[in-house]
Amino acid sequence: MANRTQPIRPIHFIAGGGAFALLLVLTIGTVIAVWTHAEIGSGLSSSDWSAVRFTLSQAFVSASVSIVLAIPVARALARRKFRGRALMVSFLGAPFILPAIVAVLGIVAVWGRSGWVSQAIAPFGFSPLNIYGYFGVVFAHVFFNLPLATRLLLQGWLSIPAEHFRLCAQLDMSPSEIGKHLERPMLWSVLPGAFLLVFLLCISSFAVVLALGGGPRATTVELAIYQALRFDFDLSKAALLAVVQFGLCTSVALACIFIAKPTNFAFGLDRPPERWDGKGTFHIICDSISLILLTLFLFLPLLALFIRGLIPIAHLPIKIYAAALNSVVIAVGSAMLTIVMSLALAALIIRIARRRKRISQIVEGLGFLTLAASPFVIGTGLFIIINPYISPFAVALPVTALINAAMSLPFALRIILPAMTRAEDHYGTLGDSLGMERWTRFRIAIWPRLKRPIGFAAGLSAALSMGDLGVIALFAPPDIETLPLMMYRLMAAYQLKMASGVALLLISLSLILFWLFDRGGQLEHHTR
Amino acid sequence: MKIFQLFAAGLCVALPISAYAQDKPELTIYTYDSFVSDWGPGPAVEKAFEETCECDLKLVAAGDGAALLSRVLLEGERTDADIVLGLDTNITARATETGLFAPYGKAPSYLDVPIPWEDKIFLPYDWGYFAFVYDNTKLSDVPDSFEALIAAPDDLKIVIQDPRSSTPGLGLLLWVKTAYGDRAPEIWEKLEPKILTVTKGWSEAYGMFTEGEADMVLSYTTSPAYHIIAEDDHTKSAASFKEGHYMQIEVAGKLASSDQQELADDFLKFMTSPKFQDIIPTTNWMYPAVFPYSGLPAGFETLITPTESLIVDPIEAEKTRDAALAEWLTALSQ
Repeated sequence: MANRTQPIRPIHFIAGGGAFALLLVLTIGTVIAVWTHAEIGSGLSSSDWSAVRFTLSQAFVSASVSIVLAIPVARALARRKFRGRALMVSFLGAPFILPAIVAVLGIVAVWGRSGWVSQAIAPFGFSPLNIYGYFGVVFAHVFFNLPLATRLLLQGWLSIPAEHFRLCAQLDMSPSEIGKHLERPMLWSVLPGAFLLVFLLCISSFAVVLALGGGPRATTVELAIYQALRFDFDLSKAALLAVVQFGLCTSVALACIFIAKPTNFAFGLDRPPERWDGKGTFHIICDSISLILLTLFLFLPLLALFIRGLIPIAHLPIKIYAAALNSVVIAVGSAMLTIVMSLALAALIIRIARRRKRISQIVEGLGFLTLAASPFVIGTGLFIIINPYISPFAVALPVTALINAAMSLPFALRIILPAMTRAEDHYGTLGDSLGMERWTRFRIAIWPRLKRPIGFAAGLSAALSMGDLGVIALFAPPDIETLPLMMYRLMAAYQLKMASGVALLLISLSLILFWLFDRGGQLEHHTR
Repeated sequence: MKIFQLFAAGLCVALPISAYAQDKPELTIYTYDSFVSDWGPGPAVEKAFEETCECDLKLVAAGDGAALLSRVLLEGERTDADIVLGLDTNITARATETGLFAPYGKAPSYLDVPIPWEDKIFLPYDWGYFAFVYDNTKLSDVPDSFEALIAAPDDLKIVIQDPRSSTPGLGLLLWVKTAYGDRAPEIWEKLEPKILTVTKGWSEAYGMFTEGEADMVLSYTTSPAYHIIAEDDHTKSAASFKEGHYMQIEVAGKLASSDQQELADDFLKFMTSPKFQDIIPTTNWMYPAVFPYSGLPAGFETLITPTESLIVDPIEAEKTRDAALAEWLTALSQ
């Protein structure tokens, strides 16, 4: 490594180490807490092992399909300019941030037995679609994760300096040659990480699998953990299953990190890329088809949810404002925590990487740990840790914000780390050679390159936190409600129509938050 | 940097959490979500009890069925809860075994629960029958037994709940087991093609049914009463099964660790009084443990009355549960 001028300062150790320690407490610490609290113990049964097999298989298939489909879509978005593109890119976050049950109802409304598609094809003598079972699980996971994968890959495309594309155009390269020299190396650096993220997300899936899985054949490890915690109150088994889940995720994470090849693009002048390639009819048709299919696949269920919630949203009780405020406060707080933690971790990882590549990879891998963790185990473990000292109710909102932040940290890290690495390698070096002071260096050399990914990460984290139910359900005091909690309570009291109004409000607020952050990151930056 | 100021402002709002002082004694009840919601019995029950008790009644949503019990086990003797309301007889044996609950004293003699009440620890507040609910404008050939359901045309689909995460799901498991005994695995295997999907909880299943995804959903015989009374919708009916219908009796119990023993006893007495009981039918949509003097609300008379009430006693339920669950898993996983 050429760059030795950047030392690891104490601040990097304290901030990065602090974030890292917090992660370890939330993930491994909570498993230990649950384990030591256990009284009875039983090993894993054969049905637990079939849950492990199903979990792995569906996660592998879901992640592969999502990633493979995301490649043409991201390429189309990267090289086409059209009206509504910005809006489309923003909306890509939408399915991913939907609470699982809302998304499932949206999918069912379009693709279900009595959904729009089944009704449309019925006059032609087709029997209704059946999306339940293994296919349904994969279908729903692709619905959730294809947009995320597309965004991640798009981020990769945008990281290729505009100058490279200009050079390719000057050399009169064909799209396939551009693919070979620019896009394929970029994909090799981005794909493993994106695959890993989607894979891990599908591993801890719970509500989706239960609603569309068609029966106990579709049992995930997460459901087995839920059963152990809530149904059997077998804490040692829950801890054991959590360890199994860690083990699975860790091995896949390590594999992905070692497969990923860092890119070696020269640095450009940060101009927006102008694309001269892909002007042929064939490419235009391919790109159009990808984008139209994506739109139909993703936005129809959203449209269904919108239509359904439109009338009830006008008749929501006053209490909804308090719940909405709580949700927004938690979301913004956890987005802020996520960004601070991921910046601290990323800075530490980059500085360790200069000296010990392997160690930095392990730290990076552990940054994914919360994805492998079961929210049920984290919640229960934290409850056990906190309860002797302070009433968990009293700290409901901060704890929820903290856990949500930890849960979205892997995404933020995935988004911010590559950007920071590039900024450090290219512009940081330049800043050093110009003898810039620490703060000036960050402001001029690093920050402008981080703004866009930070905005995206903060938006994602805020929106994820909005839709999260898991943790608040365990900690929520009687007088504090969040939107997802309220939605579930309404559904449990036969108030399905009103629940769909709350769902629409939840989606709208999530999208607005996401859009504000994402947009904020893309505003023009004046470096002069 | 504006973004960061916004963040900081947000966090400041979030931190100071309600820490209010209280002179009146406080009675904390752990119960399930739909009980505390604005459309559930919670608000009216709280108001009625606070009028008589000079106390502050706190209803905390802490999960349903087995999850509610797990929550109390997790907190152990440090729990804030004085009363747990919302367990049913399928798990009271396990709850009793934990030793966390204390006897309530004397059972009122006037309970309208269909079985003689002998439990000294848990007192019932409402009950109902599990049943498959259908849309009577769409389904004409309504199955009248599990056998008939199995024999129904292939495109008749039902949605049920997972016994591992839902009270009705566990109820159905015991329903089939009680009605068919050793034949239960066979019934489940034959039923499998009719099961569209198995959801985590009642809400998801009922939502899918009202969306028209499934022809029948596992719910209660009293569910149509909600649609009739609250929505003036007469299209939902419960199918009457010849085998009889499995019952759910919902109970409450006092915790031995409670520092409000007298107040807790008062609440349990109040719970079987008309002030509490009259709220139940049109908020919890179940039969009250004590029928109102004036009779049940109009609409309840249209509901089906099972020819036979099925229920196993708590100790038997505890014994059968794991074996029945294993059978269910095996039958549906093939």
